[in-house]
Amino acid sequence: MRQLLLVAPILIPLAAASLTALLWSRPAAQRAVGLVAAIALFIATLVLLAEVIAGGMVVGQMGNWPAPFGITMVVDHLSAAMLAITGLMGLAVAVYAMGPGAQERDRAGFQPLFHALLMGVAGAFSTGDLFNLYVWFEVMLIASFGLLVLDRTREQLDGGLRYVMLNLVGTTFFLLAVGLIYGLTGTLNLADLARVAPGVENQGALAAVAVLLLVSFGAKAAVFPLFNWLPASYHTASMPVAAIFAALLTKVGVYAIIRVFTLVFAHDHALFGPILAGIAIATMVVGVLGAAAHYDVRRILSFHIISQIGYMLIGVALMTPLAIAGSVLYIVHHIVVKANLFLVAGAIRQVGGSFALARLGGLWVSAPLLGILFLIPALSLAGIPPLSGFWGKFVVIRASLEAEAWLLAFVALAVGLLTLYSMIKIWNEAFWKAAPDVAPRAEWTRAERVATFAPIVALCAVTLMIGLWTEPFAAFSLAAAEALLDREAYIAAVLGPNPVRLAEAAP
Amino acid sequence: MEILLSLSIGVLVAAAAYLLLARDLPRALLGFVLLGTAANLSIFAAGRIGTMVPPLVDQGARALATEAANPLPQALVLTAIVIGFGLAAFTLVLIRSAHGALGTVSADEMHEAERPDETPASVAAAPGAGVPSHRREAA
Repeated sequence: MRQLLLVAPILIPLAAASLTALLWSRPAAQRAVGLVAAIALFIATLVLLAEVIAGGMVVGQMGNWPAPFGITMVVDHLSAAMLAITGLMGLAVAVYAMGPGAQERDRAGFQPLFHALLMGVAGAFSTGDLFNLYVWFEVMLIASFGLLVLDRTREQLDGGLRYVMLNLVGTTFFLLAVGLIYGLTGTLNLADLARVAPGVENQGALAAVAVLLLVSFGAKAAVFPLFNWLPASYHTASMPVAAIFAALLTKVGVYAIIRVFTLVFAHDHALFGPILAGIAIATMVVGVLGAAAHYDVRRILSFHIISQIGYMLIGVALMTPLAIAGSVLYIVHHIVVKANLFLVAGAIRQVGGSFALARLGGLWVSAPLLGILFLIPALSLAGIPPLSGFWGKFVVIRASLEAEAWLLAFVALAVGLLTLYSMIKIWNEAFWKAAPDVAPRAEWTRAERVATFAPIVALCAVTLMIGLWTEPFAAFSLAAAEALLDREAYIAAVLGPNPVRLAEAAP
Repeated sequence: MEILLSLSIGVLVAAAAYLLLARDLPRALLGFVLLGTAANLSIFAAGRIGTMVPPLVDQGARALATEAANPLPQALVLTAIVIGFGLAAFTLVLIRSAHGALGTVSADEMHEAERPDETPASVAAAPGAGVPSHRREAA
């Protein structure tokens, strides 16, 4: 039963992607299948999360090949949380995508690609093998390429090319690192790597591999200085696509960094801790300054993705239980809030007729509900208590202060303030200033309105829940951090008490 | 043999780096293909080369003969080749449709995705009728 649960988050989107592809000429049927699959995925991931909380890590060996030989799947606290949030986002965006523009999107192939993307993300979160992670990265990438250029506008083709080229090079670096680490250790199973890595003779070469992995995961996570593909492409995608990208894609990179640097390269923390801290600082600052310079809702939000990635790296940079717990809490909060802001941006476009702040205005008068639904995630992103972002920031900053990383703490606080500036800019321009002379009001049906607002309201409720009832989320994050730092338990759970030793690699 | 392999990987990476820096996108794509080949060769080399015995389990035996070649890198490289080919094919099609829509394959001449935002000042100077300025230029 546990084994079935382990593969369900991959099998459900796989079935959905295949079925919707078969139903190519019938968009309405595709949409129904997609919605059912998204609901099923959300339920499956929640059950898996409950299972992990109740009974600890779930490990499965595909085809019953023992650990270092076969393909291992491992879901620990962090993976389970990421899977559950993937399920939530999949459902929210699947509903949202039934809103305005659904016909055109579905005819262009949105549904199969969307579910293939969810499959890739779920696979990346649940695999316990480095090469397997590479394969899931590619599944995710190819689906995201298709989604990004769905409408084939000039803007999308240009942005898509930038996204594609940089990510291609990033994943090739990953492949190169896989080859090198296999040559050094003779294994690609993450648990086995964690066991073998501290004893590798050529630690210099191992550190080089770690840098290669950091570059490829960093490019995926859009950290400084590898972030340029993100602001060049995200704002060109249609809003459901941008929302699911903003929620999940960069976070897969962050997850991979956390996983690999807490498990395999933990013994090298003295070398990589300061590097990661430097990257985190630069990422936070560059992202928030980029956002401050823009006047397009989508581009402001895109740059804020980058700046928030910096906060998530604080945990792995400091490697203390509290800091990692803060990162976990931050990731969970951020995914909900950031996806929601993109959904709200789509609604702003629908109600106000534009993404450009200069052409918006008066929305607080014409759509006060939308204003409240914007303020909840926006203020949460900036870290205003008692919303979810406050707790995420509070924990990572407190962890930085405890670790005496003063610069990290200071930058995190300052960037929070600048985030507030950007959010207030959107508020002032789009909601508060007088409406422009020509206020184009889009026509939309009641069903489209429900499909647009239902996920926004639901995600706002989740944000409020994390903010007002933080205790279980904080406790879970601490448990996740403990599980991440307890490498011995991970290795024992995957490899068993007496690990099979692979033939030692020749020197 | 190992020296030859390492040298060819080095040459491939150098050529790939040179091509990837090109502003011409088909060239950059070729650079990606070369870089992928270099990565595949490095996986192959990581599995230790030197033996020519194919990795086949003899009839009746339960494991590979010790002198057989390492089958794992071959499986990994095969997977990576398939993935790399798929990505390269997709990118080629994307470059082609970009050429159709934008009339260029040079990254320097593509300015669609990152146009300057409309600021309150720029809109005040040229209000237009709710149409973004660059759309009007394009039309």
